[in-house]
Parts: sequence; C-alpha cells; structure tokens
Amino acid sequence: MRIQVSLHTPVRHPENSGSSPIDPYVQLVSPDGVRTPDPLYDRWIEDIDGARLQELYIDMAVIRRIDTEATALQRQGELGLWPPLLGQEAAQIGSVRSLRSSDFVFPSYRENGVAYCRGVKVRDLMRVWRGNAGAGWDPYQVNMAPTQVIIGAQALHAAGYAMGITRDGTDDAVISYFGDGATSQGDVSEAMVFAASFNSPVVFFCSNNQWAISEPVALQAQVPIANRAPGFGIPSIRVDGNDVLAVMAATREALDRARSGNGPTFIEAVTYRMGPHTTADDPTRYRDSAELDQWRRKDPLSRLQALLASMGLFSDEFAAEAGRRADDVAAELRAACLGMPDPLPADVFAHVYSEPHSWLDRQQEQYSRYLSGFAGEENR
Amino acid sequence: MTSMTFGRAINAGLRRAMEQDPRVLIMGEDVGKLGGVFRITDGLQKDFGPLRVVDTPLAESGIMGTAVGLAFRGYRPVVEIQFDGFIYPAFDQIVSQVAKMHYRTRGAVKLPLTIRVPFGGGIGSPEHHSESPEAYFTHTSGLRVISVSNPQDAYTMIQQAIASDDPVLYFEPKRRYHVKGEVDEAAAPQLPMGTARVLNEGSDVTLVAYGPLVPTARDAAVAASDEGVSVEVIDLRSLAPIDFATVEASVRKTGRLVITHEAAQSGGLGAEIAASITERCFDYLEHAPVRVTGFDIPYPASRLESHHLPDLDRILDGVDCAMDRPSSLAGVVSGSAAS
Repeated sequence: MRIQVSLHTPVRHPENSGSSPIDPYVQLVSPDGVRTPDPLYDRWIEDIDGARLQELYIDMAVIRRIDTEATALQRQGELGLWPPLLGQEAAQIGSVRSLRSSDFVFPSYRENGVAYCRGVKVRDLMRVWRGNAGAGWDPYQVNMAPTQVIIGAQALHAAGYAMGITRDGTDDAVISYFGDGATSQGDVSEAMVFAASFNSPVVFFCSNNQWAISEPVALQAQVPIANRAPGFGIPSIRVDGNDVLAVMAATREALDRARSGNGPTFIEAVTYRMGPHTTADDPTRYRDSAELDQWRRKDPLSRLQALLASMGLFSDEFAAEAGRRADDVAAELRAACLGMPDPLPADVFAHVYSEPHSWLDRQQEQYSRYLSGFAGEENR
Repeated sequence: MTSMTFGRAINAGLRRAMEQDPRVLIMGEDVGKLGGVFRITDGLQKDFGPLRVVDTPLAESGIMGTAVGLAFRGYRPVVEIQFDGFIYPAFDQIVSQVAKMHYRTRGAVKLPLTIRVPFGGGIGSPEHHSESPEAYFTHTSGLRVISVSNPQDAYTMIQQAIASDDPVLYFEPKRRYHVKGEVDEAAAPQLPMGTARVLNEGSDVTLVAYGPLVPTARDAAVAASDEGVSVEVIDLRSLAPIDFATVEASVRKTGRLVITHEAAQSGGLGAEIAASITERCFDYLEHAPVRVTGFDIPYPASRLESHHLPDLDRILDGVDCAMDRPSSLAGVVSGSAAS
C-alpha cells in the first residue's frame, strides 16, 4: 500500500517504498540470531569459524565504542562534528574484513569503522572531526582515501582507480562506500557507466541506512536501489546490512568477481542509521520512535551475540574481553583527541601546491610579517 | 625549428610527454579514433593504444572523477574537455576534488592532472561552444591556469603542465588552432611555467593580454605606433598565478595599463590585474587601469559575437582612454560619468 501524497510533498515512509527490507535479500543470520542456510552464499563464509565470529563481534563492539566516545567528545565541545555509525557496524565490518590490504577504499565520511579496521590510528581518525586537518591519514599508508564529504564523488574516484588497476595488470580491487542518498547523485550513476564500460574491478557498496539526513530513502528511489545497477550492466546483490555474515559473503563474492576480471558489482546493504545523520541534526524531528524500535530489534551486535550464545561462545569472559578491548580503544581515542596539538599558523598555507606559487608565497610572507608583530606578546 | 600549426604543436607536445612518461594517459570524448573534434589528439591512440588514449563515456564529471582515481593510482591523466561550455558538469570534481586533494591530504596525494580546454569565441559556433570560463578556475586555490597564444608556447607548456605535480587547466584558444608558427622541438621545457613574456617593448602604455587576444593586442600595438603611441604588449601565459613582477616592471615604466580579455568584465581577470597592479604601483600610474573585455552577457549568437569580442579597434579605444585621449571609455574609467 502506498500513501497518497500531494506532488508538493513527495515524502513517503520508507516502509512503503520499494526499498524496504520486505523485498528479498540475502540473510544468513536471522534477527534473533539463528543461522539460516543459503545455497548460494554459504560457500563464501565456510571458513568463518567460531573464533572468527568472535573477532567480528569484537570489531563491531570496538567501532560502536569509538562511535559512542566520539559522540561524547563532540557533545563536550572537543570535536566540531561527528557522523555516527551506530547501527551500521555489520555493514562496515563485514565488508572491510573481506578486503586485502592492497585493495583500495574510497569511503564517505561515515566509514570511520572501516578506517579503524584499515589500520588508521585513532588519533588520525579524530583529526578531521577535531578540525585539525582536512584528512586524518596518509591514504597510501592504509590504502584508503580520505573521508569524502561531497556526496557520491568518491564513486568516480574508485572507478578511475580501478581503471588504473586494470592497466597495471594486478588483481587488486577497489571498494567505494556511499549512502542511499548518494545514489541520486549523477556521479554515482556516471561511476557505474565507467565501471561497466571498462569492466573495472570495483565494488560499489551502498549502505542504505534509510535516511539522507531528514529525507527517507523513498525520496531517492522507488524501487530497491540494488535494482538500478543491472540497468548499467552491473550485477547487484541486496543483503541484510545488519547481518555481518551476509555482508561478508556478498562482499567476498563481489571482490572475487573483480579480481577474476569480471568487472564491477553493486551491493546494497539494507541497514539503519540508529542515531542522527551527524551530531548537528535531531532525528526526532523527522522520524518516529516506532520505526527506531522496529530496527532496534534487528541490531547487528545483539544478533551476532545471540548466534555466538547459541554456539556456546558468548561467555561472561568473552563479553568482558570485548568490553575491555572497546574501553581501551575509547580511552586511547579520548587521550589522543585531547592531546592533539593545534596545527601551526604556517600550516594554513602548506600543501596547497606541490611547487612554489607566487600569489600564495606573497600572502604567506605578508601574514608571517603580520604575525611577527605579535612576537613576545604572550609573555607579557 | 619546424613550422607547424598551433593544434599540431599541442599534438607534438602531448606525444613527447607520452613518450617520456608511461604514466601519462589521455582521456576524453572522441579523443581516440577521431583524434578529438579539433584533431588535437590525432594519431595518438594509433601509436599509444586504447589503454593510453582513452575514449570515455560522454560524461564530464565522470571523466574528471575517474581521472582523479587514476591519479590516486599514480597515473598522470591529460583530460580533454571537448568545449569550454561543457566543463561545467565537471566543475564540482575540479574545484572540490582536483583542486583540494593535495591540501586535504597534506601533500600525500598528488593530482598531476592536465585539463585541456579549447576556449573562446570567434569561430561562429552555437551556444556553449565559445565561452571563456577561466576566472572560475583562477579563483580556485590549488589549480594552476595557463593559456597559450602561439605554437612554441603551446608545445612547451603542454609538457610543463603534464610534468607539473599540480593540477593545471590548459586553455587553448580554439580560433587560433590553425595559425602556423615556428616550433623548436628540441627545446627542453623548464619549470616553472608561470612566467609572462614581453612580446614587444614600448614606453607609453602596457597592454596585457593572453590566449586568443595576444595577436590582436600585438596588431593594436603596431596600429598605435602609427599614431605615435608606444605600446608594450605582455602575453601573460600563466593566469594563476599571474607573473605580476613582469607586469609591475612594465607599468612602472609606462605608467599606464590596459587589460584585454574575451571573458565578461565583472569579476574577471582584468579586475584582478587592475587591483593588484594598483596595489603594487599606485604612485607610478598616470591613469586608472583600463579594461577592454567581453560584455557581461551570456555568449551571444554568432552573428553578434563581433560586437562582444574585443577587436583591434576596441583595444585601440582602450589605449586612447589610458592615454587621456578622446575615447568611448573616457570619463567611464576616470569616474566622472554616472555609474
């Protein structure tokens, strides 16, 4: 059933859009933690034993704790902004833990859990949000591009990087993350055109978290987002994005396709952003609590906890160990954030260009003279 | 020295850059088999193959954004935008990604893109085919912008642009593609590329031009000398940064400045040059700087473009104004006319 709306207010509830989870999608663990067999996708996760499941749980607990701590730091005035990933842990962990270190990641601004798992130091994870630098980490140290704020722009960078891989003749792959809102952007469509035309080894990973700030996914798509890709000649998979095993299976299949020369894949991970878009917005203005409650029952961590418990692998000791790991990272993150020195005044001019630039050199020289007029004042 | 057309000189420069560095790629619409709509990339795909001269889908943002990704991977893409008016769909990728990636990553990621743009009017084309969008890009930090005016510079500076680790917009005056000139192909290009050239020396007025209007400015100087006015013509070559030292030295000598460009006047490069030169040598100026430019209009239909584009007579009119002689601009520039 669709709600009748006027043309001037084309907002429908996500439950009524073609992009709701009632459409078929890959799910390997039910919301109450029961492993459900899947003849097509089970083979991709055959190696995931109890110990690996426990690691995945710890990963998710740690990035949830990073998120909680960073949100608190923002509320305390220590970060300018933070985009919470609460609720999207399985989508981030299931995908990033499928990658090789030589693969390259082009993220949006929300993939802070992905960045952490790529090896980004928590200090560097905080840099952008602290306002310390435009990018927190050296992309080549972790093979992950900086956070991208322009919606969907990174999908093209991924498609181009993948063209480079083809030229280099390696079997590396690229993954690009973006949200449901980004699928409305021309750049994402153009990225699919390029990737399909050049058969490039790229995985388009759409974290459909149902909301683009206050706009429901129904404002972006009238059919499941995954349905778009086949129109570009790109195979797509729709997965339960709160099921870490389903996400992993889908990503592994997509990466395998990329590495074996069979081109791009589009994954729509159906998930939910439990918190605000960023710490600057108030979701109670645009969505009702019943929807949140419904998704809370599909929580990715409690789901994996239930599965582990059913396997006898969620003991008090394990829970404590996961909590300790998360607390350690949170403490490290807080200390790194608070202890981060401010950049120097000259840094404002640094790295605009690789080579000298007469306009900028002149401005820097003038500003340096201006600043030198204050020399010694702080001692008075 | 070889005599070749402007367009052929760019082709030769591209070829040399591709021979010298296997990371150099050419991408764009129709650049392969066709050799580009202006044939600037003629023969390159045949010699370097489709992996190095890439016919792309018809999507400007896509071309620019994938070039960013290729640069991430260590390649040096040379992107052709088919016409000036088609660059706007790629504007976001240029100003938000190409220009800022080096700054954003504190130098870790270099984006050595060269963006070739056939620009300017005078070829009788329909709309979107004759624009002068350079000021949008000179205003964007992180980009270098150059515009060449003769085959030798075209040959040399395309190689400099490709060799630069900074992104460069390379504006080609399309109405000059078929003009011939001598090119020394043995000359090794040296960085930096941002140096203006004094085309001919003069003592009464400094006339600053770039790209398509440089030959017109030179013709105006010849005509002015017949009237007893000595005009020093400067070809900027680099629009961001501008070599203000060269312009400043000239204005200190002549005391008078005329700037000409095809782009609309308001907020254009002429305004920047006038302001910067006034700041630097106000005490030497005998007259307010004069701008002879296109009008603040969308590029007009081709049967009107002769009215829009500065020509020899309009430039001479501007020179007269700077010389305090009767001119259509007299009073407008000095401020006595109602604004």
